[in-house]
Amino acid sequence: MGQVFHPSTNTIARLSIFGAVFILGFLLWVLSELNRSPYVTGADVAREQPVQFSHAHHAGALGIDCRYCHTTVEKSSFAGIPPTKTCINCHSQIWSTSPYLEPVRESWRTGKPLQWNRVHDLPDFVYFNHSIHVNKGVGCSTCHGPVDRMPLIRQVASLQMEWCIACHRAPEKVLRPRSEIYNMAWEPSADQLKTGSELKHQYNIRSTDVLTSCSTCHR
Amino acid sequence: MTIKDNDPGLTSIRSKLDAGKGKGGKQYWRSLEELAETDEFNQFLHREFPEQASEWNDPVGRRRFLKLMGASLALAGASACTVQPTEKIIPYVKPVEEIIPGKPLFFATAMSLSGIASPLLVESHMGRPTKVEGNPEHPVSLGATDLFSQASVLGLYDPDRSQTVTHLGDISTWTAFLGALRFDLGQQRPRQGAGLRLLTETISSPTLAAQLNELRALFPKMKWHQYEPVGRTNLTVAAQMMFAEPVSVLYHFGKADVVLSLDADFLSSHPGNIRHIRDFAGRRMLRDGNKKMSRFYAAENSPSNTGARADHRLAVRAGEMENFTRAIASSLGLQAGGSVSGAHREWIDAVVSDLQDHKGSSLILAGEHQPPIIHALAHAMNQALGNFGSTVTFAEPLEANPIDQMASLGELAQDLNAGAVEVLVIVGGNPVFTAPADLNFSDLVQKAKFSAHLSMYSDETSAFCQWHVSEAHYLESWSDARAADGTVTIVQPLIEPLYNGKTAHELLAAFTDQPERAGYDIVREYWMRRHSGAAATVTLKPGNTVQPGAPSAPALALAPAPAPAPPPKPSPDFEKFWRRSVHDGFVPNNALAQKTVTAKTDFLAQPPGPADKGELEVLFRLDSSIYDGRFANNGWLQELPKPMTKLTWDNVALISNQSAASRGLARGDVVELTYHGLSVRAPIMIMPGQADNSITLHLGYGRERAGRVGNGAGFNAYALRSSTSPWFASGVELRKTGENYTLATTQQHWSMEGRDIVRAGTLAEYEQKSNYAAERHEEPPRDETLYPNREYTGNAWGMAIDLTSCVGCNACIVACQSENNIPVVGKDQVHRSREMHWLRVDGYFEGEIQNPEFHFMPVLCMHCENAPCEQVCPVAATVHSAEGTNDMVYNRCVGTRYCSNNCPYKVRRFNFLLYQDFVTESLKMMRNPDVTVRSRGVMEKCTYCIQRIQFAKIESEKEDRPIRDGEIKTACQQTCPADAIVFGNINDPNSRVAKLKSEPRNYGLLAELNTRPRTSYLATVRNTNEKLGTRRGESGEVR
Repeated sequence: MGQVFHPSTNTIARLSIFGAVFILGFLLWVLSELNRSPYVTGADVAREQPVQFSHAHHAGALGIDCRYCHTTVEKSSFAGIPPTKTCINCHSQIWSTSPYLEPVRESWRTGKPLQWNRVHDLPDFVYFNHSIHVNKGVGCSTCHGPVDRMPLIRQVASLQMEWCIACHRAPEKVLRPRSEIYNMAWEPSADQLKTGSELKHQYNIRSTDVLTSCSTCHR
Repeated sequence: MTIKDNDPGLTSIRSKLDAGKGKGGKQYWRSLEELAETDEFNQFLHREFPEQASEWNDPVGRRRFLKLMGASLALAGASACTVQPTEKIIPYVKPVEEIIPGKPLFFATAMSLSGIASPLLVESHMGRPTKVEGNPEHPVSLGATDLFSQASVLGLYDPDRSQTVTHLGDISTWTAFLGALRFDLGQQRPRQGAGLRLLTETISSPTLAAQLNELRALFPKMKWHQYEPVGRTNLTVAAQMMFAEPVSVLYHFGKADVVLSLDADFLSSHPGNIRHIRDFAGRRMLRDGNKKMSRFYAAENSPSNTGARADHRLAVRAGEMENFTRAIASSLGLQAGGSVSGAHREWIDAVVSDLQDHKGSSLILAGEHQPPIIHALAHAMNQALGNFGSTVTFAEPLEANPIDQMASLGELAQDLNAGAVEVLVIVGGNPVFTAPADLNFSDLVQKAKFSAHLSMYSDETSAFCQWHVSEAHYLESWSDARAADGTVTIVQPLIEPLYNGKTAHELLAAFTDQPERAGYDIVREYWMRRHSGAAATVTLKPGNTVQPGAPSAPALALAPAPAPAPPPKPSPDFEKFWRRSVHDGFVPNNALAQKTVTAKTDFLAQPPGPADKGELEVLFRLDSSIYDGRFANNGWLQELPKPMTKLTWDNVALISNQSAASRGLARGDVVELTYHGLSVRAPIMIMPGQADNSITLHLGYGRERAGRVGNGAGFNAYALRSSTSPWFASGVELRKTGENYTLATTQQHWSMEGRDIVRAGTLAEYEQKSNYAAERHEEPPRDETLYPNREYTGNAWGMAIDLTSCVGCNACIVACQSENNIPVVGKDQVHRSREMHWLRVDGYFEGEIQNPEFHFMPVLCMHCENAPCEQVCPVAATVHSAEGTNDMVYNRCVGTRYCSNNCPYKVRRFNFLLYQDFVTESLKMMRNPDVTVRSRGVMEKCTYCIQRIQFAKIESEKEDRPIRDGEIKTACQQTCPADAIVFGNINDPNSRVAKLKSEPRNYGLLAELNTRPRTSYLATVRNTNEKLGTRRGESGEVR
């Protein structure tokens, strides 16, 4: 009876035995990368909206302050999505016949609200609060990216827990003065760690221990 | 296996007790089984989880589950990476004033129960009422509530509520009802309403009273009847007897040094109980150096919350109560007769001398179940002791028309029987279910040519009426009502009626020429008229100092009623007055006028009632959880362990150990009780401290049309209640049926194996050695642990619970359930010890079984600094926070249940099955959006209301200030009428909690295990009278 396996099979067998570790490791890496990919996190995916609203135009070109529409960002956990009334304030005068704005006018006429698709969606067991972040020196662009240059809004961060907790462990890396919170152009300077630490002290930001306690975000 | 629902070994109990005499026996015990140390009990105790805790009893069997799991294992990784479905954000079209998404708003309103208001402050999230609190600015509430108010939010969203008008069982419309009603009323008009009858519950609403007044003008010959199964009728009759005019009696426990209760359950009976608890507990608060407390004696038949807090409690049979009370009155110098001997004599002598030492600062009160004569005697004694004007004051009656309601219902029954009633409109209540059984009310109702019933549920009464109109919940209604002190609260709605329900105001408006008036207009217009002084047309008696326009007692007498006035012109400041009244939750300057009265004592000349022959007697009582049956479909209340028995989902016949033993009865045995041709079958339960040969039945169970939750729970005790003996019946026959019934009690659940848990002492002991509780254990030194010591430099949350103050009212349990989205599990699951309450109130008995002392102990997560649960969690789902709370991370939990096994306090709860209702739409609106809704397979437990802590922390940090003491109130603390629970930062030496923890009475539960609990207890102190000794006293004699 002839040999069933060619001699080279030995090498393959040895390689696969030693390689199993690496193959497994590789597979794990693929899985973890997959888990962090935009496919799972939804980052960098622009979503269809009922109205083709452009932040680049409104916040960027026209320079409208974030808080003109997101009125409750300093007061509440929820930053607020503007009511149709806010759109109509201007659009009863300008672009009042634009077909793009028909859904807005329809909402105003019929009293039926617009239904936006949520872009930044945290799991239901996470309780994020906008007001405490903007009050403690975390600017909009730190999490939301250059919104003033986004024609369609998209999520720039993964919004995964490792991303949240990176800041909660070392908030000094991102803190900025309260006057710069809504400044989309703000960039950390070279001595950010130093100024950040000063701000952390000045704004009475709690210790890492407190900020990384589970109940800070999970209730 | 669980404890078998049969003989707990009475003989062995007795022998154990006998053996223990002299050395005191087992001092604290929770159940007869524990006292007897039966085999079943020990087996039960030593199982990791009770009965078949690991069994899957849902449709997917265990085998099939494993098969599915095996098949899906390969895909497990992938399935964990599901992409969340896209959510919608739906903004307003026009912004709503004051609403900030993500922040709740609070509105003042009131819930009426038996016609009397409980003032409330209700939390609303985006227009959805989610949580009820007491109105902190209202003198009756001071921020606290009772369990009924707490649970009412579930009542609002109950999917079983009636959702439409029905006619003969078919769906109909309000318009059709109006047409039919107005046709029949049109026929009544020329006859001045001679065939028209209204049956309502007790009414204190000034607007409703004025509307009824208007009706009298339209239909002068109509009759208005009122009926509540258990209400203040006896008080009304007694007031008539003593003062010849209706009054409301106000008790001031804050001024009373010695209190004697004659079967008065004043700590749990609505109305007034919230303020009573606050004052009573406040007078007994040994805090901040105060070493004085009032002394409280209770004579009662069946142990109540109130009796449980007594310094000296005596079991007195209901039939004996009159003689007993007369004997006390005679000892106080009244010519009242009455003769007692033996232990009762001794007790009375001690009480009387104590009362006489405290003239003007003592207080005697009688229970609402007691016949008028007992109330009259109590009044006479209070007058003799000079308590009128100090501890007892009087005011105009709360009710719009206080009458003898039993007589009123009897009169209606007669008219119905005689065929004199053509149009019968029943406004609220459920008389077919609650009326005395001998009236056969279901047959009578059908004799009316036209009958309509307004109620929240299509219940037993609706079934026998032609028309049923769905009623609006109080959270959907505009109305007004008086609280226990007479203050009027405007009831404002927090949400549009979910099912187009109507209020009583709107129903009564249908009788007038403006049938479609909205509740808001009716209430507002009434107050507009009153504010401008126009409503002062109500005839007032001379010398009566009622505020102009107050609906004084005889408002509905046949005096000519004011004709419907044209809409008044609002006075210029009305809008301000109205908004302020609605906002604050009470109408300013509107309390009832105080009265000075003199009690007549000529009733003493009347012959005393029949003497007690010692026959078997039956007492009828409201249920502590579901009241008269109206809350039967409320799962929170059904599952609430009753304070004294820890029974859920059922009612029982309570009987004393002695009486059960002599009849060969044990727990769960079904007996048949017969009285005057009426009979009922009921399971029995042995109640330590119950008077002998005396059975207590709780009303409200055995509903047939309550809804999915309440149907079929318990037995109907109304079936044994006759109109001649509505409160207690003597000479009842008892027959053992031989059947046994499973009762789901939580009394033995979560037992802590006889360790030194509840600690009590007398005032004398406390004065001698104030740290008597703490010295009973030795706390290990802080460094005696393998784990690194953690320093808490910032906030350190902690709680102190004063056991002297706690009255076991259960409001905290319901508040916790409402705040933290805790599910209801059902009777079967409770029986398997799977109830989900994060907070439980343990009951302990102390001493002899005939008349033990009672202790209540609220137990919740201790938030141990050395938490045993944290060490054993394999996935770090329960971890410590930097501020000392023991956090539970639901999304990490994989359900090993190791934590629960390792918890010495047994406060962790596991979702064995899918208990949460994720399907019913209306219940989704009820949930607290700040707390995660847990699913199957997840462990949960008390979080110290972490959502409230975080809310306060964020608000304070935004303002750059430390959190103020008292800014964070846990749900249990906020609702506690006794102020027994105090929460705060123990690192702040000036905080209330830190001060309480430095009290000498403070002790940590099982602190000897070195768990370092953050929750600690202040031991019970009783102010005993040395003449009577304690029940576990040196003499060894049982009092």
